[in-house]
Amino acid sequence: MELLLLLGLPLAGAAVFGLLGARREAPEINVVFSLGTFLAACALTVRVIREGSLLLWHEQFFIDPFNLFLVTLTAFVALTTSLFSRPYMRIESVHGRVTPGRLRLYHSMYQLFSFTMLLALTTNNMGLLWVAMEGATLSTVLLVTLYRTPGSLEAGWKYFILCGVGIAQALFGTILLYFAAEKVLGAQGVTALLWTHLDAVKSTLEPSVLALAFVFLLVGYGTKVGLAPLHNWLPDAHAEGPTPISAVLSGLLLNVALYAVVRCKILVEGSLHSTLPSRMLMGFGLLSLVLATLFLWRQRDIKRLFAYSSIEHMGIATFAFGMGGPVANFAALLHMTVHSLTKSAIFFTVGHAAQKAGSQLMDDIRGLITLSPTVGWGLMMGSLAILGMPPFGVFASEFLILTTAMREQPWATPILLAALGIAFAAIFGRVQPMVFGETRLRRLPHAPALLPVFTHLAIVLLLGLYIPPYLADWYRAAARLIGGP
Amino acid sequence: MPQIALDQQLLDACAAVMLLLSFAMLSQRRIVSLVNLYAVQGGALATATLLVAWRTGEGHLYLSAALTIALKVIFLPWLLHRLIRRLEVYWDTEPLLNVSGTMLAGLLIVVFAFGLAQPITQLASTATRSAIGIAVSVVLLAFLMMITRRKAMSQVVGFLSMENGLFFAAMSATYGMPMVVELGVALDVLVAMLVLGVFFFQIREQFDSLDLHHLESLKERD
Repeated sequence: MELLLLLGLPLAGAAVFGLLGARREAPEINVVFSLGTFLAACALTVRVIREGSLLLWHEQFFIDPFNLFLVTLTAFVALTTSLFSRPYMRIESVHGRVTPGRLRLYHSMYQLFSFTMLLALTTNNMGLLWVAMEGATLSTVLLVTLYRTPGSLEAGWKYFILCGVGIAQALFGTILLYFAAEKVLGAQGVTALLWTHLDAVKSTLEPSVLALAFVFLLVGYGTKVGLAPLHNWLPDAHAEGPTPISAVLSGLLLNVALYAVVRCKILVEGSLHSTLPSRMLMGFGLLSLVLATLFLWRQRDIKRLFAYSSIEHMGIATFAFGMGGPVANFAALLHMTVHSLTKSAIFFTVGHAAQKAGSQLMDDIRGLITLSPTVGWGLMMGSLAILGMPPFGVFASEFLILTTAMREQPWATPILLAALGIAFAAIFGRVQPMVFGETRLRRLPHAPALLPVFTHLAIVLLLGLYIPPYLADWYRAAARLIGGP
Repeated sequence: MPQIALDQQLLDACAAVMLLLSFAMLSQRRIVSLVNLYAVQGGALATATLLVAWRTGEGHLYLSAALTIALKVIFLPWLLHRLIRRLEVYWDTEPLLNVSGTMLAGLLIVVFAFGLAQPITQLASTATRSAIGIAVSVVLLAFLMMITRRKAMSQVVGFLSMENGLFFAAMSATYGMPMVVELGVALDVLVAMLVLGVFFFQIREQFDSLDLHHLESLKERD
């Protein structure tokens, strides 16, 4: 029942916006649907706390510790982003960048995107996971091109083609997985693509086929995680689309894609009994981290800057999943959570800062703190949090990852430390003059919604100081599930 | 010499036709013909699926074949032809690599694809396992086509052809994926084409052309 609501509400929301057409109160309706979805996620969480892991609807859907917190996080960020988007998109229409017709498309696709994310997280069927990931791309392509500027069209085309080709690789990987599973689980598999069944028999799956499948799955879903060298679409799509979409792409889509990669890794590692998948994850993770930090220096556009920072953090999480073991997995899961919250909070403030300056170039944004102290402090605190300053949660996860790396993979420690240091210098050096100093910014026609920003930052701060026992239990259980070499 | 059953021969013929069509698409610059070749490839895929369905008695493969005919032989080519007429894009410009160069690269890719498919072919127990190498070749050749073409429209046909290859791979390795997945994939492809249709008009409105060199300004500045 909770699951039906969780998946049904966003889908119904998409249909309602499609049918209703352009309405003045559409942003409020959007918030209501997102709130309903979030409440359904909370109800589901309560039920899982009471009854333990669930298998629903002929085993087609399942909830275990690994996807439960991601479901709640996804529904939560979708809710806060809809709160942020309410004044943001109103201001955009006052500035004449969007028409009512495009706002209708925007709201409809926003709900559809939430639906595909939640479907990808809750489905037990690896094939449906693929369908949902592709659906997520399709529902956001037209959002990236919402402003119809040359830049946004280019970004949309790149996004479509790169992710389309990437996801086609993942389909081939899924076919190979099915091929190997069918040998063990029997033909015409009602069950041969169900993750829980695959997990039960993973040690008997044919290793040579699964190794090949993993290469394709990693490249395919890795494109959507934004792992270098397949990250090209990510900065463009983040920079050219509307800011609420940048926030959900960074905060949710990347997480869900990484979730898909890790689900595949669990199966393949169980079959291979070797460290190949782990080493591949570590390699891709480190490469993304290093490349992203180098590109950070060159950015002039504020949204591109934070898009590269997302690649960096996804690289860190991927690397940690590659190291494996209870501590690194725990840290990686925590990192996914806090990165998602912090990065979306940053995009909220960045969006309003860019509206005040009328430009996304960092040279044009000066002295935020004089005109609106809350936006300025939000950006400053968010940047400090994402850079791993204590006592924020990102510090806790990065600290755990670093200390594990020193013990398990000492060779990687200097690379990690250097990359984090460079990222710190690059981002802090840019954010500082934007927040302080003289200002030439203008006032906005609608008051920005800053509640989401400070809620997110407060949760990140809390997670840095104290992780609630339920959450810690889920992280630990999920970390055990993910395992490692 | 062992006798090969007629249906096996037909099946191999379908596979060979699919590969030939991939090469034909690689060298074709006229976009209308490209779409027609794509439709014929869909037809070959549907025929192969029907043959396998008849031979194995798998009910869902009939459905899958019907879906292929409806979507890939009739609807998508019709949609693409309509787009071509409305947007007036009939010819692709000179590809990045000339035709003979592309053909040579294609040959190497086929050799590589058969090497890649070797372990799967050995393990497969289906009657169609000899076609797995061809299916992988079709996927990779479509990939090559996407890399070497400049017009958005030909890249899209390449994308669709890649999807044909993936379906063929699924069919020859495992007699198709579970029905719910096949339906989902078909839905995604359909939606992708509709989104692209909208998208093409946006590109045209903005640049007055579908040439992709307009879409190369977002680069990292040095």
